[in-house]
Amino acid sequence: MIAFNKYYNHFNLLSSILIVVSLLLLIFKGLNFGIDFKGGTLIELRASDSKINVSSLRDRFNQMDLGDVSVKKFGNDTDFLVKFENKDNKKNIIEEIKANLDKSFGNNYDFRRVENVGPKVSAELLKSGVIAISLSLALMLIYIWIRFEWQFSLGAILALFHDVIVTLGVFSLFSLEINLSIIAAVLTIVGYSMNDTVVIFDRVRENLRKYSDIKIFELTNISINETLSRTIITSATTLLALLAIYLFGGEILKGFSLAMILGVIFGTYSSIYIANTVLVRLRVSQKTVLREDDQK
Amino acid sequence: MLYFSKLRILFITIFSVLFILIASSNLFKFDDSFFDKKINLGLDLQGGSYLLLEIDNEPVIEQKLQNLTTTIRNYFREKNIKINNIKIENQNIFFNVIDNDKQVVLDVFQDENSDLNPYYPRFKSHQLEIEDTGLNFKVNFSKQGLIKLKTSSQDQAIEIVRRRVDEVGTNEPNILKRGNNRILVELPGLDDPMRIKSLLGKTANLTFRFVTNDENDRFGVENLKFENSLEEAKVSKRIVISGENLLDAQPKMDTQNNQTIVSFTLDRVGAKRFGKATSTGIGKQLAIVLDGKIISAPVVKDTIASGSGQISGGFTFQSATDLALLLRSGALPAPLEIIEERTVGPDLGQDSINAGMIALAIGFMLVIIFMFVKYKFFGLITNVTLIINLFILLGVLTLFEATLTLPGIAGIILTVGMAVDANVLIFERIKEELKDETNNILAFDGGYTKSRTAILDANITTLLAAIILFFMGSGPVKGFAVTLGVGIFTTLFSVYFIARLFTSIYVARNKDKEKLI
Repeated sequence: MIAFNKYYNHFNLLSSILIVVSLLLLIFKGLNFGIDFKGGTLIELRASDSKINVSSLRDRFNQMDLGDVSVKKFGNDTDFLVKFENKDNKKNIIEEIKANLDKSFGNNYDFRRVENVGPKVSAELLKSGVIAISLSLALMLIYIWIRFEWQFSLGAILALFHDVIVTLGVFSLFSLEINLSIIAAVLTIVGYSMNDTVVIFDRVRENLRKYSDIKIFELTNISINETLSRTIITSATTLLALLAIYLFGGEILKGFSLAMILGVIFGTYSSIYIANTVLVRLRVSQKTVLREDDQK
Repeated sequence: MLYFSKLRILFITIFSVLFILIASSNLFKFDDSFFDKKINLGLDLQGGSYLLLEIDNEPVIEQKLQNLTTTIRNYFREKNIKINNIKIENQNIFFNVIDNDKQVVLDVFQDENSDLNPYYPRFKSHQLEIEDTGLNFKVNFSKQGLIKLKTSSQDQAIEIVRRRVDEVGTNEPNILKRGNNRILVELPGLDDPMRIKSLLGKTANLTFRFVTNDENDRFGVENLKFENSLEEAKVSKRIVISGENLLDAQPKMDTQNNQTIVSFTLDRVGAKRFGKATSTGIGKQLAIVLDGKIISAPVVKDTIASGSGQISGGFTFQSATDLALLLRSGALPAPLEIIEERTVGPDLGQDSINAGMIALAIGFMLVIIFMFVKYKFFGLITNVTLIINLFILLGVLTLFEATLTLPGIAGIILTVGMAVDANVLIFERIKEELKDETNNILAFDGGYTKSRTAILDANITTLLAAIILFFMGSGPVKGFAVTLGVGIFTTLFSVYFIARLFTSIYVARNKDKEKLI
């Protein structure tokens, strides 16, 4: 049996630091919102001429007076991602850009993807993204409230917040782009983290009913160990699947799968070191569970 | 938990085979229409354009209010009430009447049978609201009135958009209402939406009006710019004929001077008016105005009574074709603005499909190998179940002709990764049970029973997340929610019916073997 409980305090401290640092990052550095949430134009371009590279493209685009332009390689050497604000929301901007690029590069390039999101739509998408995440957190809270005692709910929700905040913190730290698929990833993380926590909690509650003389400090450790192989196997298969998406699923899914990978790792960690420690700190005992049983 | 009746086994087999057949209809062609279904590929996979258009209703509201001022004035003139100082400001009509008439005016506006101010009994609301500010009356659209106006202009606009898109002839466009002032246009297979975008960006409001120098024209004059030059001309506001009078319009080659022109035919009313105008206006310039710009202003040489004519204006064949198309399909009630556009080229779509499939294959292999190494024979059961699960999932998606997107493929891969969870929970529990239970059947039974609540909880939480995503997400992300959500149900089915069936057969045959798992 692994003595997870030996490190409860250490990891609680670590998590607190992680959360504070993430929050500071989110407040002061902020998130790198993609055009879905900031508005603007994105062009994925494939070149068939080696003359076309990041610097030559940047030169061209900067001459076109489009506001802030970012040009990046996208996956391989021939693919580029160009993003700009399109502040004035010009109508025929794509045609203008094409005409302009034709002059320098002829026909040696191809627009593979064009996305243009107006300011109104991006504001709405951001709003609905925030609502979706809040709503899912609220629903999870309600669900766990119905299924478990309040001490458990608090533990699960703290673990959830930890996972979401720290994942976003990592995105902020490395300035990774937040787009629509990241919202999907965050929601899935919420589901996954909850799933992981609930499985351990289920066992904790079962053991609470079974043993009256074991303190919660020991009991959580027993429960974590009993469910440990499941925790490891499920995390492993999920991570294997996500790794396959990250490595082979193409550039578009990179951010999404990265967020999910982070979320699964944090989710597994938080089920053990946050959710359970809340139970310990709230001195949950057999009485907590039995009282509730009586009421039912 | 381990007992299966024959009927149940039959049901499980039929159900599985059915969905596997449906899933395979994506690869083979079936004659039967029930099986001949296919998963739709999202725009991000097959390539195409997604355009979200917003109707700018401001001009419509302005126009309606403008018309209303005339209507109000005429309506009350019949009742011998004089309307004074009528004006429009910030989408409100203001006017005065003498104090004695105030009550009559209020009564008319609040009368449920009034034809001036229609009443919507369903919403218990009039079209217009009136307020006595003390200084004057303030009339504006009520909330319901505004909604009616918006939906009606949306209805008209979507019709025109549909006609224009159809005329261009793209395959299977998808044109839908969004809210009460937006239209969603999905154009699969179209990798260059430039032409459609420019066609949808034009209101195509066509009028024929005389050029005049008379500042005191009874209808008023306005300065309009020419389409192809910086010149301006004074044009009367009186409309001779408008786009509504057009029956047909076609691009043509004018053989006399080798110009591309647009020829048009007028309806009876239009022909009559056009004939009259051209007979009285010989020698005058008739401006052809499209969306506030003069295309050309030819001098009337002859009376045109045939009800047909032509527009020249330095067109290329393409621009003449487009103008004819716009005139045929009619004018939009209000300008449209493209507020969101997402276009994916077909080769990127194909690349995404390939990448998604490779990721699925590799993810699947990794999970299968892992499970086999970890659980040996029971790993094999899980893996067979996983394969059947994948087919059932594809079968369900096919049956409902769901739209598969790139994130949707990611959802399938994720389902593969998470689907083993339920089996793992069960197997681990059985292992624990076997520690103090020597009877294999009892241990397996206990394993299934005791793991049930955890499995249910775990899946419900994921399902909740998927449901929220489905309702809040858009486009590709919705596809993810669909595969993730459907995946949960197929996983539970395959774990509790298929895997359990295999397990029960195996356990029944190896009742007395030790260390079964």
